[in-house]
Amino acid sequence: MNEATRMPKAALDNLIAILGREGYRVMGPVARDGTVAFDEIRSAADLPVGIRDAQEAGRYRLAPGIDGEIFGVVNGAGSLKPHFFAPAEPLLEIRRERRGFKANEIASAAPPHAFIGVRACDLAALAIQDRIFLHDRFRDAHYELRRKDAFFVAVDCTRSAPTCFCVSMKTGPRATAGFDLALTELPGGFVARPGSPAGEAMIVKLGLSAAGGADEAAARALIDECARGMGRRMDTADLPRLLYDEAENPRWREVAARCLSCANCTMVCPTCFCHTVIDQTEIDGNMSRRVRKWDSCFSLEHAHIHGINLRPKIHDRYRQWLTHKLASWIDQFGSSGCVGCGRCITWCPAGIDLTEEVAAIRASAGKG
Amino acid sequence: MKPRVAVFKFASCDGCQLQFLNAGDELLKLAGQADIVYFPEARGRALAGPYDLAFVEGSVTTPADARRIIEVREESRYLVTIGACAAAGGIQALRNWADIEQYRRAVYPSPEFISTLSTSTPISEHVRVDFEIWGCPIDKTQLLAVTRSLLFGAQPVLPGHSVCIECKRSGNACVIVTRGEPCLGPVTRAGCGALCPAMNRGCYGCFGPADAHNMESFAALLADQGVRGDDAMRRLRGINGYVRPWRESADALAAKK
Ligand code: SF4
Ligand code: SF4
Ligand code: SF4
Ligand code: SF4
Repeated sequence: MNEATRMPKAALDNLIAILGREGYRVMGPVARDGTVAFDEIRSAADLPVGIRDAQEAGRYRLAPGIDGEIFGVVNGAGSLKPHFFAPAEPLLEIRRERRGFKANEIASAAPPHAFIGVRACDLAALAIQDRIFLHDRFRDAHYELRRKDAFFVAVDCTRSAPTCFCVSMKTGPRATAGFDLALTELPGGFVARPGSPAGEAMIVKLGLSAAGGADEAAARALIDECARGMGRRMDTADLPRLLYDEAENPRWREVAARCLSCANCTMVCPTCFCHTVIDQTEIDGNMSRRVRKWDSCFSLEHAHIHGINLRPKIHDRYRQWLTHKLASWIDQFGSSGCVGCGRCITWCPAGIDLTEEVAAIRASAGKG
Repeated sequence: MKPRVAVFKFASCDGCQLQFLNAGDELLKLAGQADIVYFPEARGRALAGPYDLAFVEGSVTTPADARRIIEVREESRYLVTIGACAAAGGIQALRNWADIEQYRRAVYPSPEFISTLSTSTPISEHVRVDFEIWGCPIDKTQLLAVTRSLLFGAQPVLPGHSVCIECKRSGNACVIVTRGEPCLGPVTRAGCGALCPAMNRGCYGCFGPADAHNMESFAALLADQGVRGDDAMRRLRGINGYVRPWRESADALAAKK
């Protein structure tokens, strides 16, 4: 069974209630302080109903949108990332013993989470983080615990932000993998389709019936229109080669003159995974807690190795970021590190736009 | 023998020393690890040096203090400054751009009794400093972490990156991007946990310049936000205004207007 069903908007409250009863902490985009982030919701009323976002480089505003539209806000700074790869998390507790010391792993414990309103690019980003944190034998227990029981309700994008470019990165705007249930919002209700056995079961629990061909066609049309109207694009043709060859392109210095090296782009990027590990020692010297925190290739200390710093200048660091994200990431993990969500563009205080930087490097290639 | 710890005060408000007292239980534990032999803010007993670890709060603003800091240095194995006054000259460094004679006459009924320097300068302009803990006031956790490292004889490590990293780790909405509110976070050293952005206001720069910063781009950003001339200059000439990158940037803004 993979057929589309029709889901009245009121059924969203049922969905939230059922997930709650099944033990999930139900999360959805919640408006706070002028943006949205995934937070706990108790009913659809907690979602930013009738609100839309206005995004451009370095600027984000929420504004009244269309009455009754539930998923009118495309995205906010908060992706799924903090809910799986925690911004700060204790890993170990090391205690002094009479002889030597003893290290205990700190297990994380949390109820399974269900996320409602996840976009195609968010799911693509999570799949990329899976390749990092659940790689082969090297599995991050903290990430895995949160990841394995999560339930995802995707929402196909019928409107993109001007900063979005998922079409270029082939990750959206329609959710194609990684969800349990996917919804397309039409003015009069949702078209819902399952993406997993758990999603199929949910459709039965919700008592949904097959959608008419007209609804399905309307859903398709809205998504296609969104794809055609995508605000930004990035030409990915032979991109790794281009960036490797253009390591000395003068554009790196030009962008570095504008870049604050503040690291906001990497913090909001749903795939960036760099972190630092800090030992927090009690003042009596008998116990130390080892904590992992988000870090960034834009912080100077991140490139500090014994005796030298590998990337002392901002142009070294911006180049590192973009070249890793769009080129060496492919060598390393088999896919680009960018899903085209546009967050790094919107949330850069200086309004630096990676699609513009790539285009500028492409335009000036070989002239450096 | 337990290491001998001392806490000295120069020109300052005592707020950083208070962070020791705010440490509560941790301070008692520290007292079990080290002998706090000089700390006038906390106790009457004052023992002479040498000291294994000297904390210095405040800036140098008088000829007597300029001599005293040299004595402190000579008596101390490690000298660690605490706070913006000691690291950058503090808010009182505003005098560095003003006429001290005028101040003296305006403020004191008998100015002839006041012996002062025309500048407020950081400790590092006078003696070698082993480590600087930034902040106005300093963060208690950072203070304890540095103390612990030095008691172990290890190099203390504190983050030098921007406040923005802490801000995003906390999940705050960026005030620049969502409201166009000026914020010093991108050029300021982390340490406070992004306290002001969490309260929906811009960062004031209490922890001084981040180790990687771009003041020119930041000044351009302020100008884009309509913060220009004197207003932009004053934002940089605050608690840490005399520290080099901010001083130079504010001076450039002042010269431009
Ligand atoms: S690089 Fe930018 S657009 Fe690409 S995934 Fe990261 S935040 Fe999104
Ligand atoms: S990048 Fe695509 S999938 Fe992501 S929010 Fe924008 S339109 Fe939706
Ligand atoms: S590109 Fe923008 S967000 Fe990223 S470090 Fe530079 S100024 Fe900050
Ligand atoms: S609010 Fe300030 S500190 Fe926080 S991310 Fe924005 S610029 Fe940085």
